[in-house]
Amino acid sequence: MRLIKSVLVILLISISCKCFAENKMIYSFNNNSQQQQFDTLTYELRCLVCQNQNLAESNATLAADLRTQIAEMIVKGFNNQEIVNYLVNRYGDYILYEPPVMKKTWLLWFGPFILLAVGLSVLYIAVYIIRRRENKLSEISTIEKQKIKRILSAMEE
Amino acid sequence: MIFIKLIKPIIPLLILISIGFFLWRGLAINPTLVPSALIDKQIPEFNLRNLISPQQTLSKQIFLGHVSLLNVWATWCTVCANEYPVLIDIKNTHLVTIYGLDYKDDRQTALRWIKKYGNPFAKIGFDPEGTTAINWGVYGTPETFVIDKKGIIRYKVIGEVSHRIWQRILLPLIEKLQREST
Repeated sequence: MRLIKSVLVILLISISCKCFAENKMIYSFNNNSQQQQFDTLTYELRCLVCQNQNLAESNATLAADLRTQIAEMIVKGFNNQEIVNYLVNRYGDYILYEPPVMKKTWLLWFGPFILLAVGLSVLYIAVYIIRRRENKLSEISTIEKQKIKRILSAMEE
Repeated sequence: MIFIKLIKPIIPLLILISIGFFLWRGLAINPTLVPSALIDKQIPEFNLRNLISPQQTLSKQIFLGHVSLLNVWATWCTVCANEYPVLIDIKNTHLVTIYGLDYKDDRQTALRWIKKYGNPFAKIGFDPEGTTAINWGVYGTPETFVIDKKGIIRYKVIGEVSHRIWQRILLPLIEKLQREST
């Protein structure tokens, strides 16, 4: 029983290793900066198949193909902006993790600041109303204090 | 002040309704449908071998002058297999030319497939590396492009073309595009 268990464990581990080893092609670049360029780009771009992974992490075949495409373009001497434009022209802004600032995304970019402004003004108005009410209360109490004083002095007499 | 007093008790309700609205909208959005960036743009240049007669090469010229569909498919794609009979039905209406893009496939398997299930495509481009598909912004199979007479992409179906999608979306669009001048 023990033997079967350990064999099974080794088997499962070896299978999982194979999964990790798959799909990760190693690209050869002319120099270190090209490798760096490749790393930044694949880190910043989204895989369209498994959308919560970037191109560097994804094991989807499309991600692998796009990595190959990017590597080829880097070796040919394209700069980051050119490669990003190439992909955006084909796959849309969706491939970017950071959406560009444009009319359609104004609410996305500036919405939080609008909410902050609304929140602050609500807070300000609330504080203003409470203050005024307190002032009124204290006004009333001074009048009442005078009344009390008068009553007290009348009683003393 | 009277206004605030009136509205005060229903504020929680209003908040609830607005949260509910956003959640409901969120459910209605399908995040796996990425709108194509190529809509209303000219089809990309390509140079592919014809799957059936490999000595022949296909380029974007084949799309010019008539309304056509380009279906991206593969024999390993199960959804494409579901879709295949629909494509054959569309072909049999003789209303539109369908071209195929055989994506990351094995040539022999694809040829056997066509022999077995029939061929809805006027011509099939063979793209074993998937590089042409990248140029077309394809991110999964099947995808179906609607291309007008000028070679401009007008619509893209992501996923299976069903009879319903054909009747409701593709057919009216194709009829409209066919009335346009070249």
